[in-house]
Amino acid sequence: MATKKETIIRNQSASPEETESPLDEAAAEVAQAFEEAGEISARLTIGTVIGILAYLGEVAVLIGQTVRSMRRGIHMGDLVRQMAIIGVDSIPIALLTTGFSGAVFSLYSASTLSSYGAASFVGGIVGLAIVRETAPILTGVVLAARSGSAMTAEIGSMKVTEQIDALRSMAVSPISYLVAPRLLACLIMLPVVCILADVVGIVGGGIVAATEAVPSSVFVRSLRQLLDPNGRDVFQGLLKTVFFGAIIAAVGCREGLQSEGGASGVGQSTTRSVVISIVLIFVANFFLSFLMLSR
Amino acid sequence: MKPKIDVRDLHYATDDGREILSGLSFCLYPGEILCVMGVSGGGKSTLLRCMAGLIKPSAGEIWIDDVEITRLDEDALVPVRAQMGVVFQYAALFDSMNVFDNIAFGIVRGPKREEHRTLGRIALIRMVRERLQQVGLPGTERKMPAQLSGGMRRRVGLARALATDPDIILYDEPTSGLDPVTGASIDDLIVQTRNRRKVTSIVVSHDMESIFRIADTVLMIYEGKAAIYGTPDEVRASTNPVVRQFVSGQTDGPIQFRR
Repeated sequence: MATKKETIIRNQSASPEETESPLDEAAAEVAQAFEEAGEISARLTIGTVIGILAYLGEVAVLIGQTVRSMRRGIHMGDLVRQMAIIGVDSIPIALLTTGFSGAVFSLYSASTLSSYGAASFVGGIVGLAIVRETAPILTGVVLAARSGSAMTAEIGSMKVTEQIDALRSMAVSPISYLVAPRLLACLIMLPVVCILADVVGIVGGGIVAATEAVPSSVFVRSLRQLLDPNGRDVFQGLLKTVFFGAIIAAVGCREGLQSEGGASGVGQSTTRSVVISIVLIFVANFFLSFLMLSR
Repeated sequence: MKPKIDVRDLHYATDDGREILSGLSFCLYPGEILCVMGVSGGGKSTLLRCMAGLIKPSAGEIWIDDVEITRLDEDALVPVRAQMGVVFQYAALFDSMNVFDNIAFGIVRGPKREEHRTLGRIALIRMVRERLQQVGLPGTERKMPAQLSGGMRRRVGLARALATDPDIILYDEPTSGLDPVTGASIDDLIVQTRNRRKVTSIVVSHDMESIFRIADTVLMIYEGKAAIYGTPDEVRASTNPVVRQFVSGQTDGPIQFRR
């Protein structure tokens, strides 16, 4: 980009009196600039793709090692503690965000749909949006920000103060001691938080709908009509959060275990952990939704 | 007598190709205290980390009893580490746990956890109390690492390393940054530990006084190789200019300031 702009500027400043054949020269310069830009962007793209694949591979290897370590058993006390920290303590914020999201959904759809005389669909639309997308995504994002960051910060500061080395020197595997309980806690607790978020999101939507002249009986009836009676919508939403949980724990622990360079290094890993897990959650959400819809 | 630890031609190079250790060989017999000295950044801690299996050397062998450890993976290292304790430079205590849990950690979570489970809680409390008494810190079980002074942390770190009755203890600069009296008390603990259980010890240090007080043998690393490997008296009598400069702590001589 910059090279192109530069060429244009140079092009303008090259007046006919200064050079013999300004047009030819400028054309050659532009061609060269494009060539360089192309080469650089090709290299960058290939580098980025390889980098992303390598990272995903690393995360997958970590998950594999963790699952392998779980076969030798898992400390119940650690698991319960992590379930409390990761899951239970995140419930208020997850419920608040989904509750208000449901309310906003309802606010928009109630006023719009009523003007077309379709107010009876509000419940179903809000319900579907919450159960399929909003609650799983918000649960994932909230837990990545709240619990994934805490994992990275805790494990990262253990890494930079040699506590991870101390663990290893005592023949205690950091994978089975630190990663396994966090991964399992995430896999268990994300769906649990999400199902609560489902309920609160719909209730939030229902309350707002009632204030927008959609009675709760109508809201519930449409909910029953549009949502799959076998709970397929709810189940698919919960299934997504299992994947999100794996992403949060694996990325959070990976970044922590790779931390280097003191307090600022831990800060950087923590930021990276949150950014990467949120991006991966959104990407995974797209592909999971795609697979679930095509079935 | 067979050596407890036998290091043969150990090499270590960083990822960017800088050679830290270039051919170190030494051996230790049971109950021996080897002090490793050398300039800062000269590979002392690297040597210790190789011995604990925390990093893999680029070439060479480390034999502990009859096991060559440099090619073992984490699972295969478990029995080796079970008989080894490491005292880290800044103690590396688990800062989310109190002193009791730090010391008990290796017992209840380490490779020997099954044997200890049968002993029960009372026995565990007694074991931890005994270790704390050995390092001169009775009654500090409920304190958090953040509430301890630097010297106390090192002692707790030593108590933690002692908790599983190791045959080998590796000390990474156990007295650096401590006042002379506290430093001397740590030295006494190292010698006492050895005398009590015939523990084979490697102490990385650049505290000359401390080295001459506790060492059976001294190894000085200079430019990745052994500048001297012998008894403290041989070190004192050495005519090697590198050794003389280091022991007397002078700025002019063959050792140049790097980085």
